[in-house]
Amino acid sequence: MSTKEIIDFRKQVVEEVLELYPEKAKKNRRQHITIKENNECASCAVKSNSKTVPGLMTARGCAYAGAKGVVWGPVRDCTHISHGPVGCGYYSWANRRNLAEGEIGVDNFVPFLFTSDFQESDIIYGGDKKLEKIIHEIVGLFPNTKGVSILSECPVGLIGDDIESVSRRMAEEIKLPVIPVRCEGFRGISQSLGHHIANDAIRDHLIGKGPGREVGPYDVGIIGDYNIGGDAWASKKILEEIGLNVVNIWTGDSTIEMLQNGHLVKLNLIHCYRSMNYMARHMEETYGTPWLEFNFFGPTKIRESILKIAAMFDDSIMEKAKTVIEKYDAEMQKVIDIYRPRLEGKKVMLYVGGLRPRHVVGAYEDLGMEVIGTGYEFAHGEDYDKSMANLKDGTLIYDDVTAIEIEEFVSKLKPDLVGSGIKEKYVFEKMGLPFRQMHSWDYSGPYHGYQGFPIFARDMDMAVNSPTWKAVKAPWTK
Amino acid sequence: MRQIAIYGKGGIGKSTTTQNTVVALAEMGRKVTIVGCDPKADSTRLILHSKAQTTVMDLARERGTVEDLELDEVLVEGYLGVRCSESGGPEPGVGCAGRGVITAINFLEENGAYTADTDYVFYDVLGDVVCGGFAMPIRENKAKEIYIVTSGEMMAMYAANNISKGILKYATTGTVRLGGLICNSRVVDKELELIEALAKRLNTQMIHFMPRDNEVQRAEVRKMTVIEYNPTHKQADEYRALAKKIENNKMMTIPTPLPMEELEELLMEYGIMEM
Repeated sequence: MSTKEIIDFRKQVVEEVLELYPEKAKKNRRQHITIKENNECASCAVKSNSKTVPGLMTARGCAYAGAKGVVWGPVRDCTHISHGPVGCGYYSWANRRNLAEGEIGVDNFVPFLFTSDFQESDIIYGGDKKLEKIIHEIVGLFPNTKGVSILSECPVGLIGDDIESVSRRMAEEIKLPVIPVRCEGFRGISQSLGHHIANDAIRDHLIGKGPGREVGPYDVGIIGDYNIGGDAWASKKILEEIGLNVVNIWTGDSTIEMLQNGHLVKLNLIHCYRSMNYMARHMEETYGTPWLEFNFFGPTKIRESILKIAAMFDDSIMEKAKTVIEKYDAEMQKVIDIYRPRLEGKKVMLYVGGLRPRHVVGAYEDLGMEVIGTGYEFAHGEDYDKSMANLKDGTLIYDDVTAIEIEEFVSKLKPDLVGSGIKEKYVFEKMGLPFRQMHSWDYSGPYHGYQGFPIFARDMDMAVNSPTWKAVKAPWTK
Repeated sequence: MRQIAIYGKGGIGKSTTTQNTVVALAEMGRKVTIVGCDPKADSTRLILHSKAQTTVMDLARERGTVEDLELDEVLVEGYLGVRCSESGGPEPGVGCAGRGVITAINFLEENGAYTADTDYVFYDVLGDVVCGGFAMPIRENKAKEIYIVTSGEMMAMYAANNISKGILKYATTGTVRLGGLICNSRVVDKELELIEALAKRLNTQMIHFMPRDNEVQRAEVRKMTVIEYNPTHKQADEYRALAKKIENNKMMTIPTPLPMEELEELLMEYGIMEM
């Protein structure tokens, strides 16, 4: 099919799927779906960051999910209290694969869950006293904790508990940062506001308030890498090989001190723009720390990013950068030589979160694969703008895609691989389609950097070319 | 069994009126239960002759959960066999008192506080209907009958009108009805006419005009109702009259709350609010 024919076919698919809806829902959803054509502006064509209409089945999370699950949870030497009834804490416990180093319970609290486990009487009498007690217990049991974050769940906002004053009082008493994060789940329309609130808490309670440090000429920070399956370590490795000194990571395998000193670098490198651009901008505006967006998925994008980053430093860095690229390009070519013949021409549809719907496109292309559909759960207009350059004409773009839409789009576009989350995984596997979880890397990873690409390639091959799919034919179709 | 909720502006005399009227009903041989829905827990002191009985929420807090309570710990008999319970709740400014009311009422219901021989349950509710919790007594299957205590004072009438809005909401989705206004006199000019006019505009009645009498305060100081303290006093007869009127009341209506301008016009008509 020519590009024109592909576009026409996909447009027809969109119309067919929208026909499933009543008028009002159709009108709403039409604005969130588009097909890239003539390199047009994406945010003009896709409406985003707007409320999901009840009745449409969304995969979105809430502000608490964004603040606790994404931004704060990975900070390893800090204890995080899920403040409210037990469910929010329990179901956000240990399921994001944000790895961290350190001795568990000594300088790594990531595997733990602390919750105030609200009962009826905490709602009625308020939870402030209990919160104080919990903080006392935490510093008693874990004297090495470098801070305590309080992530408020919905009821805390409803009953108007004053967690800010508890935090102020307790911070003085225990001589550690105690950070109230007002991320009640009912705030905002997706987890996106939770990221913003979490960023604001870093701004208000940590940044610039630490011990400080001398800034070396090659000091950089990584912003918006949550170390899923060890991603941040893989990214750090490259930066160090080109002669840079990664002093902070936000917030994968991070520490309170790294958050306090985030501005004390020559350059901040931002991977997940959506979840941490607020602090990147704040550090630039307040402390003059510049920032740069990069992409460490797949050798092509890694090469581009390394050169872009090296250009911000002196020739010695550029020289090392080129050596590193040369060294790894050869290694990566070997990976491509193995997997590309097995994956060439395979089509992929994605539906993920903050950066991956655009950032992983290049990695698939390195393997000869084509992304034919992509979309974000909670993106804003600028994310779609940034996506455009990475997508081919004819790519189907869907914002906050609903369960029925993604199922129908996949049935009609017939990709060879679907990449999305746990809620989608079994739907597509039951349809007999190869699937990879692109939030958690399906118990695998890292996928970032030169270390990650061979694993990424292997995993995609394993999914697409698994003999399983030949064996899933239903008995009655034989 | 009739379940009745008493609402009205804070400080208007809901608890005093309720307890005196309930004692009058008890005198008539009726079996009555009072449920105080106010964290201050002062809805039953004239019947129990003491304040601060153990409230449902306070005891639940002490024990950890409401499931650990026994009914007889929080439901006690007072003067003339009137059974008393207080929801209790947090001190002002913290937590959620409304949730406390919900929890307490559910506890009483689930644990059989309203026995078959109960003729009346009175819910004495804090101030205005500020949130869902304080509307609990008028939701489905709870109080079906409401009386609003008011006076001829402007703010009391504003509150009465506002409470009518809350009743209207639940009246259209359920079976709750307004039984009338009780005018607890503050000796305001043309008070009787004013409240009668307000009642008419709200599509209800002024069920009783309760004159002001210091005998009520004298009884209160002794933690008693007037009927117990001085049964032959004329004020005791006023409460007996109100009790009879409630017992025989057949006028249950859906209120028609007034827009603010109309309420102000009414006040001007009766000369309270000067231009």
